[in-house]
Amino acid sequence: MGKTLAEKIWADHIVSSAANEPDLLYIDLHLIHEVTSPQAFDGLRLAGRPVRRPDLTIATEDHNVPTLNIDQPIADPVSKLQVDTLRANCKEFGVRIHSLGDSQQGIVHVVGPQLGITQPGMTIVCGDSHTSTHGAFGALAFGIGTSEVEHVLATQTLPLIRPKTMAINVEGTLKPGVTSKDIILAIIAKIGTGGGQGYVLEYRGSAIRALSMEGRMTVCNMSIEAGARAGLIAPDETTFAYVKDKPHAPQGAEWDAAVQYWKTLQSDSDAIFDKEITIDADELEPFVTWGTNPGQGLPLNANVPNPEEITDAEERGAAERALAYMGLVAGTPLKSVSVDTVFLGSCTNGRIEDLRAAAEVLKGKKIAPSIRLLVVPGSAKVRLQAESEGLDKVFLDAGGEWRNAGCSMCLGMNPDQLKPQERAASTSNRNFEGRQGKGGRTHLVSPLVAAATALRGTLSSPADL
Amino acid sequence: MEKFISHTGRAIPLRRSNVDTDQIIPAVYLKRVTKSGFEDGLFSAWRSDPEFVLNKSEYEGATILVAGPDFGTGSSREHAVWALQNYGFKVVLSSRFADIFRGNSQKAGLLTVLLAQEVIEEIWQAIEKDPTTAITVDLESKSVHYAGVNHSFEIDDYTRWRLMEGLDDIGLTLKKIDEVSAFEAKRAAFKPKTLPALQ
Repeated sequence: MGKTLAEKIWADHIVSSAANEPDLLYIDLHLIHEVTSPQAFDGLRLAGRPVRRPDLTIATEDHNVPTLNIDQPIADPVSKLQVDTLRANCKEFGVRIHSLGDSQQGIVHVVGPQLGITQPGMTIVCGDSHTSTHGAFGALAFGIGTSEVEHVLATQTLPLIRPKTMAINVEGTLKPGVTSKDIILAIIAKIGTGGGQGYVLEYRGSAIRALSMEGRMTVCNMSIEAGARAGLIAPDETTFAYVKDKPHAPQGAEWDAAVQYWKTLQSDSDAIFDKEITIDADELEPFVTWGTNPGQGLPLNANVPNPEEITDAEERGAAERALAYMGLVAGTPLKSVSVDTVFLGSCTNGRIEDLRAAAEVLKGKKIAPSIRLLVVPGSAKVRLQAESEGLDKVFLDAGGEWRNAGCSMCLGMNPDQLKPQERAASTSNRNFEGRQGKGGRTHLVSPLVAAATALRGTLSSPADL
Repeated sequence: MEKFISHTGRAIPLRRSNVDTDQIIPAVYLKRVTKSGFEDGLFSAWRSDPEFVLNKSEYEGATILVAGPDFGTGSSREHAVWALQNYGFKVVLSSRFADIFRGNSQKAGLLTVLLAQEVIEEIWQAIEKDPTTAITVDLESKSVHYAGVNHSFEIDDYTRWRLMEGLDDIGLTLKKIDEVSAFEAKRAAFKPKTLPALQ
């Protein structure tokens, strides 16, 4: 019997394996940021342990950094201490770091791919659940907790129980205005926030193959929102072309050897997945979430659902609570919902193609007077690229704010937050209660829907303009 | 890590599904660089409501959290586990845990026990009726018992052994470090390195 892609990568990284024990897996790349690493470095210091492979480790500052006045010391003393702690730890343990002000600083999942250190067939971990993003390259990439961060720092391995595999076939052609974000929101709505628990997802099918690398990253990024620790896509010519000109891409004979190996990284035709589902890409519409978990989503043309029509008692209760929190009334057309803030950014949709797509919609137009539009590039490099294309001008001329790189309002750890009851259309990944600021209300959308919403002031797609 | 063999305590019913780690501890509390003091942030948004179950005097001092399905979804923050532990919880019972949260709990010594939703419902009813009900969670016999009722649960042998011995994973892996070195010697030359830094 053949193997799935995830099983192949897993097998290639087993350091040791024994009955009734987790496999010990080698980790090819460890990404670090300021929030989930300080306690891990403390643990190393207490035990007198070094970082085993500083040359397979890289740090960036993203979660807790300001997006304004980055040339000045961080104003919040607690945030400043956390960022300073990362800098001191990297210095002490010999870890490469891209700090605020550095052209490679940015969201850890944007930085890895742009440096070319994210490559097919690797195992990649980070103390951040959106590490699944790197699965777009055909890597087995997943989020870990701080205990595991310390474990990887000390040993470059992790003991892990082998996950099951699920194929998600997305066949057909997306309609104009429908994007990779809509694909993944539709998948999560279909399988639920717990549907992927215990699985590695493999996204397959013609609609996935047709996506750019950045579109694939958006899909894999939100695997965790379906409960799966990792999601991946088999590497192909699109992948190889993307990696080829990046700073850390293999060179010369090593490039040839790498590509030869990468071409084997596909699920065998006779491989059996533990579960398989199919999505019809032709039928997909721009998607938006109405509730407080990412599985509570519907096509933009739909109405706010009526909890009374939900048969499952648990889901009905959750929907009632969500509508109360979101301040929505059942039956209201989603397109009539007014928003206050539009957030364009995050590891889900903060890359150059996302900014280009939104700028295309906004070009030469003005956002609605009541709207605050926050544009936060995923990395300093994305920001520079956007400026070289004049996209910053488009956002500013439309009435938006052009910020520096970081996680920003995706998780509201820095000053970029929603106020209580403030409503946002956000290109990020989580609409949890209070995620973007205490009491804030989040609707997850694609960059196209975000831009159209900024112009009209109500949830909209470019087709509504 | 402290050994976990058996724990007896009172329990709190948390009748909510899909409790994500942003609810367990919001991001604004994640700025600390220590593992302690996170109890203030535990369920902080919900705790501003006097009717929230953690604010009810009859459940004060409880050490077992009986949660709804899909507990611990979302962010990988281990701070969620620390916040529960800092507050005084030793065990969480649920019919479904998010993968990363469960992994983090098992590393940090917070026991997460999987029970069928009917059993969770039964325990909810028992502790709502009598909040003083003492519940014993016994890792040795893999069972939860209270007021004459007994339910067994499954946990993989390796995790159970590690928790009962209070062993930390790093120490165990370091015993196999020669195998790690042998693996490294065979790694493909084309695998990327972060040093020297190329840009």
